[in-house]
Amino acid sequence: MPHKTFFWFFFPSGLAMILFIGLPIFSSFFQSLHIEPEQILIEVESCDPFGCETEVQVDQEASAKAKAENPLGRFNGFGTYKDRNHLAFVEIDEAWKNTENTSEFIKQVLNLPFYKSLLFTLTFCFTVTPFVIVLGFMVALSVNVLAKSVKGMVIFGTILPMIVTPLIGSLVLFWMIDSQGILGATIQIIFDDPNLSLKSSRSLTWITLIIYGIWHNTPFAFVVFYAGLQTVPQDPMEAALIDGATRSQRVRHIVLPHLYPVATFIALICLMDNFRVFEPIIGFSAEGVAQSLSWMIYKDLRNETQMLFGSAGATSMLTILGVGILLTPVLIRTWKEFRTDR
Amino acid sequence: MDSKINKYSNQLILINSIFIIFWLTISVFPFLWTLWGSLKVKADFFSRADWFYAISGFNTLIETGAKFTLNGYIESWTEGEFGKAALNTIIVTFSVVSISLFLGTLGAYALSRSTYKYTFWILIAALIFRAMPHITLVSGYLFPFFQFKVWGILPTTIIVLVAINQPFTLWLLYSFFKTVPKELDESALIDGCSYFQAFRFIIMPVMWPGVVTAGLFSLMLAYNDFTVTALLLNQENYTMVPKINAYLGTVEYGGNYMWAVASVVSATAPLFMIVMFFQRQLISGLTAGAVKG
Repeated sequence: MPHKTFFWFFFPSGLAMILFIGLPIFSSFFQSLHIEPEQILIEVESCDPFGCETEVQVDQEASAKAKAENPLGRFNGFGTYKDRNHLAFVEIDEAWKNTENTSEFIKQVLNLPFYKSLLFTLTFCFTVTPFVIVLGFMVALSVNVLAKSVKGMVIFGTILPMIVTPLIGSLVLFWMIDSQGILGATIQIIFDDPNLSLKSSRSLTWITLIIYGIWHNTPFAFVVFYAGLQTVPQDPMEAALIDGATRSQRVRHIVLPHLYPVATFIALICLMDNFRVFEPIIGFSAEGVAQSLSWMIYKDLRNETQMLFGSAGATSMLTILGVGILLTPVLIRTWKEFRTDR
Repeated sequence: MDSKINKYSNQLILINSIFIIFWLTISVFPFLWTLWGSLKVKADFFSRADWFYAISGFNTLIETGAKFTLNGYIESWTEGEFGKAALNTIIVTFSVVSISLFLGTLGAYALSRSTYKYTFWILIAALIFRAMPHITLVSGYLFPFFQFKVWGILPTTIIVLVAINQPFTLWLLYSFFKTVPKELDESALIDGCSYFQAFRFIIMPVMWPGVVTAGLFSLMLAYNDFTVTALLLNQENYTMVPKINAYLGTVEYGGNYMWAVASVVSATAPLFMIVMFFQRQLISGLTAGAVKG
């Protein structure tokens, strides 16, 4: 296809991507270098019959004027990246000097907002993914041997958790595990503890979120594994059967090696997608004990007094850096596939 | 021979059936339970005294005089203005699907038919774009959108969703176009068609399965989106998902739980029906990137 024809065919799609995916990344970066203007304060003297008092007030007019002149705020360089809510170099340095042993140091660092969120995000990613792969594979094996007549219905039921949006999915589960919902109440009865609530403790909330993550992601692994199972070559299977291999041996030595690339594909996609975990935290109202990087950005943008563009931009940049690291193996894989295709 | 491979012992079949039933309970029951609960009053669905009330409908009987009630639905659709949110969702979903398919088929066709090296780099760039967390893009949008005064309205959200959706649509359609033999449009070109005519009259008619699959994924993205719609739309223009979130938290609606439960069912039911209908296409799309062939 000549360059010119290619250009006109691709132009609309490419323009949309550059304008609304490429540019916002730069815009985010640009914002992160600026910081919101400080409120301009003035001293007002208010007098009444009993005397005069001076109080400090926000000069609304001057603040508004400063904001209109320079809506993005003042230039701050990489200051926002270094502050307490992001990489917190000063705080870490202090913690290093003031703590006696490593565990205490780590504890202090993990109390800083950014590192706390990073810990949750990574824990979520790396706990959910292995479970999803194992469970997805088991479901795929089981569905594969079902009779044709029920297969369609079973597959439909299996993929339901994946097709609802994470917010709705987490709400549906949340209402069940609520201390007044069906599961929450049952758990209270089993453990004979009327105050037991999955919301009350940090580790229980984390476990709940991770179980949600497994529930939501397993259908995807199932579908991909199931499609992979259809492509398992039949000849080696027959040969193994003749040689007297049992079913488990056949699964272990023929099916598993065949599906190995499929499993890495699922793992990579799963890690990448779960790195953006955000909606379940809102659905489960878990903001208090579990924060993720995406949630931090959301919080800055939803700030009540003033949207913190600088802070949100800085967290965005750091998140994109994390995604970039997770994305590298995917890119290398795609690269290799392209090489072999041509 | 084939029959012997697929012959299973009774024991295996039993274990297998138990596992499948166990898994289906986990994946389907929460939705059925929510559907059931949406027909009750709050005191039953969240009953502190005894969760069996949720089944017997003890409080529902006292409060409304019947075992089931549609109050949650009626109130959320009238007082809660859920109908307006549903209409917004329909507008957004329909526009996003048609625009992304239009842009996506053109772009993906060009990518699949060009032999130059830049197509590879474009596809890699699309892969990187697809991995960007949506919330980081939204943080980049807000400031310029406020400056240009386009924040809060539906068209902005539609364009943003189309763009966010493009990388995936391009990859998906690209892999579908690759399976259509090149000879088909090459012979049309020799017969004097322009590239656009070959695309429109030769390739598109055989591409319907791929287009339906890509459309289904665009539909799910637009229908399910929370991040973009919650932050880029103002309260009056909310689509269904942010509206449900608004029922739960804001002062305005006083955390009206049963409205949220009823609207979750209202929002989920059409999606499930669509997926039931297009299940085959959905699965072929999910596996397009993973399994060769």
